[in-house]
Amino acid sequence: MAGPGTSQELLAEIATRPGRDTVVSFVVKAAFITTSLLFLAALLFAPLITVFATALEKGFELYFNSFKDSDTLAAIRLTLTVAAIVVPLNVVFGIAASWAIAKFEFKGKSFLITLIDLPIAVSPVISGLIYVLLFGVQGWFGLWLQEHDISIIFAVPGIVLATMFVTFPYVARELIPLMQQLGNDEEEAAITLGAGGLMTFFHVTLPKIRWGLLYGVILSNARAMGEFGAVSVVSGHVRGVTTTMPLHIEILYQEYNFVGAFAVASLLTLLAVVTLVIKTLVEWRTGYKRK
Amino acid sequence: MNGTIRTPSILPGFGLTLGFSTFFLSAIVLIPLAALVTKTATMGWDDLVRTLLDPRAVASYRLSFGAALLAAILNSVFGFVIAWTLTRYEFPGRKLIDALIDMPFALPTAVSGIALTAVFAENGWIGQYLAPYGIKVAYTWIGIVVALTLIGLPFVVRSVQPALMEVQRDLEDAAETLGAARFTIFRRIILPTVAPAIATGFTMAFARAVGEYGSVIFIAGNLPMKTEITPLLIVIKLEQFDYAGAAALGFMMLVLSFVMLLSINLLQTWGRRRQVVAGR
Repeated sequence: MAGPGTSQELLAEIATRPGRDTVVSFVVKAAFITTSLLFLAALLFAPLITVFATALEKGFELYFNSFKDSDTLAAIRLTLTVAAIVVPLNVVFGIAASWAIAKFEFKGKSFLITLIDLPIAVSPVISGLIYVLLFGVQGWFGLWLQEHDISIIFAVPGIVLATMFVTFPYVARELIPLMQQLGNDEEEAAITLGAGGLMTFFHVTLPKIRWGLLYGVILSNARAMGEFGAVSVVSGHVRGVTTTMPLHIEILYQEYNFVGAFAVASLLTLLAVVTLVIKTLVEWRTGYKRK
Repeated sequence: MNGTIRTPSILPGFGLTLGFSTFFLSAIVLIPLAALVTKTATMGWDDLVRTLLDPRAVASYRLSFGAALLAAILNSVFGFVIAWTLTRYEFPGRKLIDALIDMPFALPTAVSGIALTAVFAENGWIGQYLAPYGIKVAYTWIGIVVALTLIGLPFVVRSVQPALMEVQRDLEDAAETLGAARFTIFRRIILPTVAPAIATGFTMAFARAVGEYGSVIFIAGNLPMKTEITPLLIVIKLEQFDYAGAAALGFMMLVLSFVMLLSINLLQTWGRRRQVVAGR
C-alpha cells in the first residue's frame, strides 16, 4: 500500500506539524465516507429508487392496474405457493441438521457442513439443470414419468424442487453456529431431570434459538420468492401457469411493459426491505451479529 | 453402531436428526448433482473435449471468469473502504447504510438486473453522464462487471467488518505514540489482521459472481462470443435439447465452484490461526 513518493513525503512533512491529527483525520475520514457513499449511491441506491420511480412513472392508477392483470396475479399466487411449500421443509431440515451437528460430536461432521453449504456455491442455472437431467424428457426418470403422465419439469413440482435446492442451506446455516455457541448444558439438565426429547426441544432449545430461526425463515423465504435462474431453467415459461414473480418480470420487461415489470419488481423490493428490517430487529434483540 | 461414529452424549435424537438430514440432503442435493456427473460421463471423451473447448464456450469462460475476477477485486477494494467507514466513523445514517449493505442478498436478482439496466442505459440516471465520453455500460462487458459487483458487495464488507473490530486499537495507539506514520500503522498492523477476511470475502464474491445468471442477462446484451456468460450458454444448450452439452459445461463450473469452496474453508482456517497468533 505504498503511495507515490511525493505524497508520502508530504504526509511525513504534515505529520511533524502540530495539530496534524485533526487535519489528516478529517481529510481521511471525509475521503472514506465520500468514496463509500458514492459507490453505494451508484450501485445500490440508484437502482433501488429506479424500481419505484419507473413503476410509478405513469401514475398510481397504472401502477395499481398492473396488479389487476390475471397473469400477474397468477404469478404472485404461484410464488406464494412455492414459498409455502419450500420454507416449512427448510425449517424442518434446518432444525434436524443443526440439532445433529451442534449437539453431537461425530466423524465427518465438517464434511456434512460443507455439503449443506454446497448449493450456495452452485450456479443457479446448474441448480435447475440437474433436475432437468433427472426428470426431463431425456432424463433418468423421464420415460417413466411420461408413461405415468406425471410432469415435473416445465411444471410446478420442478419449480418447487429447484427452489428447494437453492434455499436449502439458509435455515441450517443460521441455526448451526447459534446452537453451537449456546452449548448443551441446559438441554442436558432437562434430560437429566426427566424431560423427553421433544419437550426439551420445545421448552429449552426453541426459546433460545427462536430469533435465529426467524431470521433463517425470513431469509430462505426471500430467496424462495426471488429465485430466478434455477426456476427459469425448469419452468418452461408458460405464462400464467408456470411463471413465478421474477419470471413474470422478465416476460413483461421483454414486452417493453416497463411499468408492469417494475411494479412486480417493486413488490419484491418491498419484500427485500421487510427481510432486512426483520434481520436488523433480530440483531438488536439478540445482540448476536452473524458473519 | 452409534457409539463408534460419535462421542457418547445423553441428549436424544442423534439417529433421527442425522438420518433425516442425510436423507433430505441426498434427495435434494446429492442425487441430482450425481445426475450431472453421470450425464457428463455418457459423453464420449472426444465429444466432451469438443464441447468444452468450443470457441464459443471458451469465450464464455473468459467473460464469466474475467468479469467475476474484476468484480471481486472491485469488491475487495470498495468493500474494505465501506467496512472501514462503517466500523471506524460516526456519521448520520450510518446504521441505515449498514443495514442496507445486505440488500443484494435479499433483493431478487431479476430486480437488480432490470434496475441496473435502467440506471446504466444510455438514457438512464448514470448512463446519460457516461455516454458523452463514449462509455457504454449497459449491454457491454462493463455492465456485466457492474451487476456482479453489486451481487458480491456484501461478502467483503461482512467478512471485513468483524475483523476490523478485532484489530487491537491499543496496538494502533502504541504505534502512533512511538511515532509510526498512518500508512505504517495501516500496513503493519491493520492490513495483516484483516487480510484473511478480505481474502475470504474475495473468494466468496468471486464464487457467487461466476455462476450468477439473473442480474447479468438483463444488462449483458447476450451476444455470442462477446457478452455471453457460461450460465447463459448452458441455458441455450438446454433449449436446444443438448442435455449432454449443458451437463458438461455445468459439470466444469461445478468442479471449479467446489475448488473455490475448499479454498474458502482453507482461508478461514488460515484466518483463525492468524487471529490466535495475534491474540497472544
